[in-house]
Amino acid sequence: MVFELFRRSKYFTVKQDTKRDIPEGLWVKCPECGEILFTKDLDRNFKVCEKCGYHFRLSSSERLHITVDPGSMQEFDAELAPTDPLNFPNYQEKIKAAQESTGLKEAVVTCEAAIGGYPAVVAVMDANFIMGSMGTVVGEKITRAVERALEKRIPLIIFCASGGARMQEGMLSLMQMAKTSAALAKLHEAGILYVSVLTDPTMGGVSASFGFLGDIILAEPGALIGFAGPRVIEQTIRQKLPEGFQRAEFLLDHGFIDKVVPRPALKDMLTKILTLHQGA
Amino acid sequence: MPTVFDFEKPVVELENKIAELKKFAEEKNLQLDNEIQTLEHRAEELKRSIYGNLSPWQKILIARHPERPGTRDYINGIMSEFIELHGDRNFGDDKAIVGGIGQFENHVVTVVGHVKGKDTKQNIACNFGMVHPEGCRKALRLMRQAEKFGRPVICFIDTPGAFCGLGAEERGQAEAIAKNIMVMSTLKIPIIVVVIGEGGSGGALAIGVGNRILMQEHAVFSVSSPEACASIIWKDASKAREAAQVLKLTAQDLKDFCIVDEIIPEPLGGAHRANEKAFSLLKESLKRHLEELRAMSPEELVSSRYQKIRSIGCL
Repeated sequence: MVFELFRRSKYFTVKQDTKRDIPEGLWVKCPECGEILFTKDLDRNFKVCEKCGYHFRLSSSERLHITVDPGSMQEFDAELAPTDPLNFPNYQEKIKAAQESTGLKEAVVTCEAAIGGYPAVVAVMDANFIMGSMGTVVGEKITRAVERALEKRIPLIIFCASGGARMQEGMLSLMQMAKTSAALAKLHEAGILYVSVLTDPTMGGVSASFGFLGDIILAEPGALIGFAGPRVIEQTIRQKLPEGFQRAEFLLDHGFIDKVVPRPALKDMLTKILTLHQGA
Repeated sequence: MPTVFDFEKPVVELENKIAELKKFAEEKNLQLDNEIQTLEHRAEELKRSIYGNLSPWQKILIARHPERPGTRDYINGIMSEFIELHGDRNFGDDKAIVGGIGQFENHVVTVVGHVKGKDTKQNIACNFGMVHPEGCRKALRLMRQAEKFGRPVICFIDTPGAFCGLGAEERGQAEAIAKNIMVMSTLKIPIIVVVIGEGGSGGALAIGVGNRILMQEHAVFSVSSPEACASIIWKDASKAREAAQVLKLTAQDLKDFCIVDEIIPEPLGGAHRANEKAFSLLKESLKRHLEELRAMSPEELVSSRYQKIRSIGCL
């Protein structure tokens, strides 16, 4: 008893000291294993924890930086910004705040770029922008990316990161699932490769549309992937979810994705896949 | 005891009064026809004003009314022949989806639709109309079969949403929905979607991609249930009423957004008050659209369906 009490108070002082010693931005703590990581080292390691392999979420620009060949990226539809079709309370403020904090107009960046020397259309979602949710503009940009791949007959690669459909655009958001999926059907009919990369998190309306429609579906380790969010499921079935439920490895086990690829190996994997589909 | 909502009480009270008066007149052999007629007229007016000005939340209540006719009722009510077909050939037979082939007027059609129960026992059996992946896959199997035989497909939507549970996730709820949506966009047959109750999220869209989307007057169709939306946006599911108010989920709103092609009128007071009338109104509309679509070639059907989907929320 006494010993326990003593230990607890000692731990408390130590914790306080470390906090004071860490200057803002230079170090981060791994949310998985608690390791204190030097930001520069973390960036060098593709934002993967050196100790436990935890994959920190990437912004769309970080993702593009580590994925596409330097200088090859040509963004399109960058000017498309969301409107407020439903006059939803506080939505405009929310968009504005997201735009200011991310420097993006919407939750997806679409571009033509080269990966390992191969041209492709690349779409990258950004979970920092209203949780990467899909409204009209995200659906439209993804659809245009599909159409561009179709028109140029080059592979399409989509990095998914999304909580699902954007509530604030109501049914217009839901119908983006149909729009993107119908466009992908055309791409499939034309025999053009589509690789879907599921990153943390890929849920709801995005997983239930273009997320799971890839010819090849890759995922990053530990990424949360599913239809319903874990909180909603727990509330529905009134029991705790098993460890690892809806994680990338769980989906691999259940046959719903092709591969779990650690981030440092992802570009090589994509390059290999593109190589093997050359001339297809 | 039939479910009566607060906003319906004046109507029900007046109707009860009329019934009483009729009984009284009969018993006492009195001539009260004029009085009764006046009251009936007033009841009609009252219904018109109440049901013509429902709030989105009141529409949700009507769309979820336990006595509102469901998919099976419409199948029985408008089709002369129906053979139910079961199973997804992979895992099981999802009771939240009914599917089969039947005769509608002079057309042989495939029907798929969500099934809700009228009471708790039935609702447990059909999981409150919430589909599992095997339900989506059963529907997809039957729709592909319809394409093989050149049969039109009629989809009845009436679900709070796809089920959120362990098995559903393990068996690929998201993949099943995605596949349905994609394949439905390519089928070379007429597809008519009719929202007859509540349409909720991906579970509805899994059988919701069509050449026509028709919606009954008091049906609702939403990106997620208002409860889920309130919980996502305000972290408080009890704010469902507020969510309903802003989600633009009524047939009238969705017609304005060009998501819905036609609003099918309901009998005054809602489909649950006069089933037969509801069947005939739906039948009339369905027949008309089906005939229009049957005049189109398979290529036209696919390309016009694509154009319809492509233009939703187009910038």
